[in-house]
Amino acid sequence: MSTQPVVIVGSGLAGYTVAREFRKLDTQTPVVVLSRDHGGFYSKPMLSNAFAQKKSADSLLMKEAATMASDLNAEIRPHSTVTAINPQLKQLSVNGEVLQYSKLVLALGADTIRLPLQGDGADDVLSVNDLDDYRRFREAVDGKKDIAILGAGLIGCEFANDLIGSGYQVDVVDLAPQLLGRLLPPESAAYIQRKLEGEGVVFHLGTTTQLVEKAGAQYKLKLANGESLVADLVLSAVGLKPRTALAASAGIKTNRGIVVNTLLQTNFEDIYALGDCAEVEGRVLPFVMPIMQAARALAPTLTGHATPVKYPAMPVAVKTPACLTVVSPPDAGAQGEWKVEGGVDGVNAQFHHKNGQLLGFALMGAAVGEKSKLTQQLPAIL
Amino acid sequence: MKVWQCLVCSFIYDEAKGDPEHGIKPGTKWEDVPMDWSCPDCGVAKADFDMVEV
Repeated sequence: MSTQPVVIVGSGLAGYTVAREFRKLDTQTPVVVLSRDHGGFYSKPMLSNAFAQKKSADSLLMKEAATMASDLNAEIRPHSTVTAINPQLKQLSVNGEVLQYSKLVLALGADTIRLPLQGDGADDVLSVNDLDDYRRFREAVDGKKDIAILGAGLIGCEFANDLIGSGYQVDVVDLAPQLLGRLLPPESAAYIQRKLEGEGVVFHLGTTTQLVEKAGAQYKLKLANGESLVADLVLSAVGLKPRTALAASAGIKTNRGIVVNTLLQTNFEDIYALGDCAEVEGRVLPFVMPIMQAARALAPTLTGHATPVKYPAMPVAVKTPACLTVVSPPDAGAQGEWKVEGGVDGVNAQFHHKNGQLLGFALMGAAVGEKSKLTQQLPAIL
Repeated sequence: MKVWQCLVCSFIYDEAKGDPEHGIKPGTKWEDVPMDWSCPDCGVAKADFDMVEV
């Protein structure tokens, strides 16, 4: 009997890194990677800071699917949509055909959250969640001037900095009273806000966009606080939602993400999940470093050597050149308080438990140099 | 001295500056950075993703 393949659903960083790590350990077992899109390899984090570097969608594509297939000795199936999983029979429905697996890895990623907007321009609001989105965005933004960004989180701030640096006029709207809401104490948020405002970004905080309507070649936005804005293009960056529907419909346990243990295993023995779609021991961490850690643990597990994932402290760099920023947010619900030391050239914010243990930090400007020293003091996450 | 950029997260490795916090002395050429060094921002290992010259 021939060996059934390890099937990886998803060709983002998570899917391809698992394939690569697996191949280092096992050169024989067939590997199939199913991709909803073209299956080419690119860097998702660069999508929100590629503009100032004048990178086209084509130049961001590092390797096409065929190259990945030969590099990984794997079968890559582009434009393949999985419509159902049958865990009992270990089968997938892919583009209407049945595919048998020995082990299944779900690296499905996340969808962008869309605000419930009214108005005839709501459907024209763009979001950039993959390379094809980036291509559409680049085409749409060409020759335009005024960009409205919905969301002042990490991606919204990175886009704002990237676009303002490329000569655009940028307005940013967020319901939160501050930038990077969940990652920063208010003093740090005020600092990065001043830096971005210094570049020309205009923020509308503590309010939300209710309506986007067409106004000639432009769009008119109505905000909940009564303000209105005119923009040539509206970009939504209000957050990500793990893709769980496929798993849930197969009886795989989901919560915020696909629920997995430290082996990245779902409630079915041979089905695993990692990356932006996964909730590992209660944590959804849509960043690169957790993906690398997860992929390196999952590969030996797939070969039969159960290896729990370990998460060290994993600071995240916010790619806003106007204000260098590195954050390692404390766990939601962590007991303690922020202590913020600010100067003209940076802000050093540290979150300590009352017993003195450092639990998180947010470093800006010159304070970024403290990153390594402080990271060593942080407890491991898992 | 050249400047390199991580393909995954766009971290800049400047040969002139090195990465002293992780044991890479200033002036270390990219080719001399050990294969087990990983990008301090995203954790991608040198062995897995080569950097591009910028």
